[in-house]
Amino acid sequence: MNIIVCIKQVPDTADVRIDPETNTLIREGVPSIINPFDENAIEAALQLKEQHGGQVTVITMGPPQAEGALRQALAMGCDEAILISDRACAGSDTLATSYILSQAIRKIGDYDLIICGKQAFDGDTAQVGPGIAEHLGIPQATYAVDVEVEEQTIHVRRLLAGRFETIEMKLPALLTADKHMNDPRHAGLRGVMQARKKEIPIWSIEEIEADPERCGLLGSPTTVIEIFPPQRSRQSQRLEGDPHEVASQLFAKLRENQIV
Amino acid sequence: MDIYIDVEKCTGCQLCVKACPYGAIEMAGDTASITGACTLCGACVSVCPVQAIIRELPAVEDIDNSDYRGVWVVAEVSDGQLAGVSLELLGKGRELADTLQAPLSAVLVGDDVAGLVVGAAESGADQVYLAEDPALAQYRTGPYTDVLSGLINQHKPEIVLLGATEQGRDLAPRVAARVKTGLTADCTGLEIDEQERLLIQTRPAFGGNIMARIITRNHRPQMATVRPRVMRRLEPVPGREAAVVKVPVAFDEKSILTRIVEIARDEGAEAVNLQDADIIVAGGRGLKKPENFGVIYELAEALGGVVGASRPTVDEGWIPPYHQVGQTGRTVQPKLYIACGISGAVQHLAGMSGADCVVAVNSDPNAAIFDIAHYGIVGDLFEIVPALTEIARQELAQD
Amino acid sequence: MDFSFTEEQREIFAAVQEICAEELKPKADEIDRRGEYPWDNIKLLAELDLFGIPVPPEYGGLGLGFIEWAVVGELLSAACTTTGAVYGAHMLAEYPIMVFGTDEQKQKHLAPLARGEKIGAFGLTEPNAGSDAGAVQTRAELRGDEYILNGSKVFITNGGDAEIYVIIANVAPEMGTRGLTAFIVEKGTEGFSFGKDEEKMAYSALSNRELIFQDARVPQANLLGRERRGFRVAMATLSVGRIGMAIGAVGLAQAAYDAAVAYAPTREQFGQPISEFQAIQFMLADMATGIEAARWLTYSAAWRKDQDLDYEKQAAMAKVFASEMCVDVCNKAVQIHGGYGYSKDYAVERYYREAKLFDIVEGTSQIQRLVIANRLLKEAKSQ
Repeated sequence: MNIIVCIKQVPDTADVRIDPETNTLIREGVPSIINPFDENAIEAALQLKEQHGGQVTVITMGPPQAEGALRQALAMGCDEAILISDRACAGSDTLATSYILSQAIRKIGDYDLIICGKQAFDGDTAQVGPGIAEHLGIPQATYAVDVEVEEQTIHVRRLLAGRFETIEMKLPALLTADKHMNDPRHAGLRGVMQARKKEIPIWSIEEIEADPERCGLLGSPTTVIEIFPPQRSRQSQRLEGDPHEVASQLFAKLRENQIV
Repeated sequence: MDIYIDVEKCTGCQLCVKACPYGAIEMAGDTASITGACTLCGACVSVCPVQAIIRELPAVEDIDNSDYRGVWVVAEVSDGQLAGVSLELLGKGRELADTLQAPLSAVLVGDDVAGLVVGAAESGADQVYLAEDPALAQYRTGPYTDVLSGLINQHKPEIVLLGATEQGRDLAPRVAARVKTGLTADCTGLEIDEQERLLIQTRPAFGGNIMARIITRNHRPQMATVRPRVMRRLEPVPGREAAVVKVPVAFDEKSILTRIVEIARDEGAEAVNLQDADIIVAGGRGLKKPENFGVIYELAEALGGVVGASRPTVDEGWIPPYHQVGQTGRTVQPKLYIACGISGAVQHLAGMSGADCVVAVNSDPNAAIFDIAHYGIVGDLFEIVPALTEIARQELAQD
Repeated sequence: MDFSFTEEQREIFAAVQEICAEELKPKADEIDRRGEYPWDNIKLLAELDLFGIPVPPEYGGLGLGFIEWAVVGELLSAACTTTGAVYGAHMLAEYPIMVFGTDEQKQKHLAPLARGEKIGAFGLTEPNAGSDAGAVQTRAELRGDEYILNGSKVFITNGGDAEIYVIIANVAPEMGTRGLTAFIVEKGTEGFSFGKDEEKMAYSALSNRELIFQDARVPQANLLGRERRGFRVAMATLSVGRIGMAIGAVGLAQAAYDAAVAYAPTREQFGQPISEFQAIQFMLADMATGIEAARWLTYSAAWRKDQDLDYEKQAAMAKVFASEMCVDVCNKAVQIHGGYGYSKDYAVERYYREAKLFDIVEGTSQIQRLVIANRLLKEAKSQ
């Protein structure tokens, strides 16, 4: 079975902050990583390939630097990688991004399954996967933790709040991988060395026959009008003293504020 | 549309280099230069002290959206009841609709759900679109998308709100892609720009490090999913009524591409219902050993709360993953969150900073958790937590 | 002359560095506390293909050089010295099989070592034969198509946990070093058992066991190289081992320096950070200088090895210089931490204990100087 994995290169969010004084983003030394949930997507695809044979193609839309994420995916064991990179993609929101990726997937053509991460670490929207499925007119299963493929049917176990739901879909279909789906493998040095030798084609929006009006800022209905730091100007109060004193002070405060 | 730097004006101060979240600005000699990594987000434009960065946005066409009117809340049904988030959205939706002087509608989809109309009406809806069919008994992406997109195309609401639940986040992007409009995920704030009838949507990004305000200028409806437990529901008004619009639906089960084969209870998660908990006592790496979670359990029990955990403790296998709070775990909004031995990595803060009251116990006075704590206690958690447990037991026993 | 890594090398080292930071370093203290052989880390190293870096691809390796092997060893040692030691000792079984083994031996024994499916160990040291290899008393006698081994080895790193051992025994004790012969001995061989695990100043998680041979029956097919050529096998293996010890010392010293340079600005005395005091600054400067010198001396030995140049002198110089530097740097790192440096709450306490090993094993500093001086005098004579 042929699987396409859509990944995103994201800044390691742990390090991105807003400077509260200047209201600007501090991103010095923030490394770029593969979105962690996308690593689960890659691992799921590689495991399915090991069981059923076929090819795993990994794609991303991004600047030329996003090639690094694709190389890492190749090093993990993906067979092919394609970078969709075009100035016309800049500023794409989730609608435009899912449209562009769906056009690239149409160009690849031969696929049984598409796997995305549950959501991206930087945006946390979880919208691109379902968007792609809609543009391609195929069924979707979000929050997947387990998957079994038999012929042209797929059973997906989804992890929802308080329950597991198993759904059956006809292929081709799209899944979004939850963190609990698997434990992503590490790219070995052999993989790193082999990945270096692979060509990564770069596709423009023309090559994927995407309508420029539906790409980038032009094709994005949503606009970010402002960014600002979260309000964390809480009145933080330090409680001091021996453990018992502190504990009773705290309990009194919680009582006073009707929290307990 | 493009972005460029006016090199005549650029003073080489490098503020934009620092501000760019994508590392897309570099110094080329004495002036800044924008590389291909740019996503046109505009973070640099606002920091440039000399207005040397010019972002040319596509010309805003004046699109007439006046045929789109009204605020919709897509109700979610859980265990035969309207979900809490749907009631909260009706509360917020009422406020938005009043500001816009437009009606508030609830969209109720399912099988045999007409009984819930009353609840929607009492909680603020003027009108309820009711779509009932056996094929809609359980939520499935395909048929629900068909129903909701059909309704939107036919009745043209200006705003459509869904809960940022698993169902809402599965359905909304599918519908938005079909009706080709903008969607903002996981909002924590909604306001109206009355002049332009725009919905100003506030949401956290970068794991809660950054807040963004987002609008959907030209497309309708303006769609958003909204985080549960952020908006306030209204006191139900008994006897308040809503007009019911029955939506004719008839699905052929054979044409639906997905089938639900099994629903199994997730017993572990049920026992640890973090999302609905009022009190959470959470432990982190400061516990040092798995068996030390005992002190956390004891305090949680004394307070009638639920046990949470930071990611490292889960990764180390000290406690099952159901307990994990944070960006890759559960997002929680309890009344009280007691963080013990948790340093406060941003991924953790992203999952719990919505708590009404945060108490932090940590031996490191510089731990980031203290920045967001209402009450901070610097000290040995193995002394403080048991002391708190003892007091809680005594005090609460007297009640 | 070019001192930079290639792009491929940089990518490889970056991949290893990431694992070191995320997986190895955070667990290093716990490994030391628990004192259990670090199998999880070993599995991880195998998953990353780290056990066969210089082994040819046809035998399951990556076909890279000893430079790559050394730099990876440095990164591992900086993150978790115990894991670095397993990695280094593993090579002492791989290398002699790679160089002296037959194709059959390489397929059977080298390939699983290179893939990390089995761990290797090297047995030369005996209760009465440490620095003096000629005093090896373990006997090997050919009986039919088997060699019968009798005797014991001590302090064998990975001993008991390893499955493939390269053992130096003597087929003709009367001939001293010229009777030495190398064998591949598999765990599970009849008559081959393990004695006590040494309790040491550090490396509680690292196995250093006694190997006991009581009429151990080693198939003739496991003779490594030729009979009575074991001294050469041992010396060649020890030379590579010296690069491994040197680079392990560099890695550990780097970790100690990193801890010290991070700590000094945060600790205030007399109203200012101690990093403002010249006494501390001089220590930091000497530490960094020593590390840099030892690193490049070691790289030069590994580079010479990869270029097929004579490298034994450089390897011995690197070993003695790096190990003494490491002891000194770790000592200073503790000193900079003051009282806290003596506390188990800070990693430098462990570094200090770990450092001393490098001074002693695989040829004490004194032996290294002998090796170096012998070379120097020989070179002077031939000129």
